[in-house]
Amino acid sequence: MNDSQKEPASKFQLRNVKAWYGDNEVLHGVDADIPEHSVTAIIGPSGCGKSTLLRSLNRMHELVDGARVDGQVSMDGVDIYGPKVDPVLLRRQVGMVFQKPNPFPSMSVRENVLAGARLTGTYDPSRADAIVQRALTQAALWDEVKDRLEAPGVSLSGGQQQRLCIARSLAVEPTVLLMDEPCSALDPIATTRVENLVHTLKQDYTIVIVTHNMQQAARVSDRTAFMLSGDLIEFSDTIQLFKSPSDPRTEDYITGKFG
Amino acid sequence: MTQGARPRRRSERAFLFLAVAAVVIPLACLVLLLADVLQVGLGRIDLSFFTSFPSRKAELAGILPGLVGSVYLVLLTAAVALPLGIGAAIYLEEYGSGARLAPLIEVNVANLAGVPSIIYGLLGLGVFVRALELGRSLISGALTMALLVLPMVVVVSREALRTVPHSLREASLALGATRWQTIRRVVLPSAYPAILTGVILAISRAFGETAPLVVIGALTYVTFVPDGVDAPFTVLPIQIFNWVSRPQESFLVNAAAGIVVLLVTMLLLNATAVYLRERLQKAR
Repeated sequence: MNDSQKEPASKFQLRNVKAWYGDNEVLHGVDADIPEHSVTAIIGPSGCGKSTLLRSLNRMHELVDGARVDGQVSMDGVDIYGPKVDPVLLRRQVGMVFQKPNPFPSMSVRENVLAGARLTGTYDPSRADAIVQRALTQAALWDEVKDRLEAPGVSLSGGQQQRLCIARSLAVEPTVLLMDEPCSALDPIATTRVENLVHTLKQDYTIVIVTHNMQQAARVSDRTAFMLSGDLIEFSDTIQLFKSPSDPRTEDYITGKFG
Repeated sequence: MTQGARPRRRSERAFLFLAVAAVVIPLACLVLLLADVLQVGLGRIDLSFFTSFPSRKAELAGILPGLVGSVYLVLLTAAVALPLGIGAAIYLEEYGSGARLAPLIEVNVANLAGVPSIIYGLLGLGVFVRALELGRSLISGALTMALLVLPMVVVVSREALRTVPHSLREASLALGATRWQTIRRVVLPSAYPAILTGVILAISRAFGETAPLVVIGALTYVTFVPDGVDAPFTVLPIQIFNWVSRPQESFLVNAAAGIVVLLVTMLLLNATAVYLRERLQKAR
């Protein structure tokens, strides 16, 4: 366990992680160390298991009927599939942003940011204003929405909605932010905003981002994992992976021979 | 091009005709029915018609016990059927295939929805009136009625829950909410307009239903307002039935007036359902 490398400390350690949907094995034993305070990108063709791997980190995978995970995933040295871990509490530590912006339609901008506290019954009115401002500022949205906090969350543009969803995740004060193709429904300008945001956020958070866009992985991440049909093929520094991949399949993928 | 278009246009027109007919015929029936009872009964409706007890003299008789009995019955029915029905819908939809009982409940609900109402009456008579010794009381009637509307409440609530996008549930769970917190604070508020609509329709069904109450022994001639859930009772449809079956012409006028009250109440309930649905959906 105490492999003293020059690498930064690992946030997540995955050992032989397998995942199933019913009888269909979609992850065939993944080993990986995800470093703290950095951006890790997961790339690969559709159906390679990248989203499943992401969802095994906050135990969202097991919420689908018949889905299960085997193997060991530790966060800060604690096995998150251990018997003493409550997945609900884990998910407050490990925030998640989804492919399509999904603000709660019945809630205002402000209420959306506070939704985590409201839903979990930890809402404290005296701290609400501070939380809203901090989370929206962190998500680089405060200046755009500070005058319309009471407007419905869904009245914002697509890119603003996605940053609102990021603010909503940050408001719960997680240490990790998982992003599942967060820009696939956004236009190029909104995408750039979110990518810049990812850059800033890594100082305070560990970020794991799934993307089908290799340029995006190259732009935002420190380390990149390439997956293919349920196997982790290569996982190294982003620059190295894109400049001199060690596996021929990685090279084929990043040079556009398939996928 | 025009050669192919012509027969298609003809079949298009035929279908449009059928569709219009499908709307007009039931509407015409409703209007005729309303016009008929209004013509006979409208003159009979005044304040005393609502505040009087039945009487042997037709012109002194009123619908007070029936109306109050109907209102009590519907409220009690709702109090029993809504938590059960919505709860069952939540169980089936939200805890779904993880729940072992789900297929059993599903088959039961589907079958119950097709059972004639008189059978519910017999069931109510056997279970509530006799076995549980609740007697021919308001509570027996309400429990029987609750069984009758339960499948409908379950079905419409499930439909309503299904319209809530999965992404909202995921968003809530990913924020660290439990399944129940997600259901209570995200899913139910989103599904609530549709559930409400279905519930009002189910209630209007309970308001108009007669047969099962005749079987469990609601009274036909009541000169008091029920004073508790264990009191004997009558409902508006039974009062009307009682008047219609009398030979005197003047009681038929009373029956017509009672029908007007019943129909107008049901139309109002259904209109409220439509109005609420439109308004709440726009508000979102």
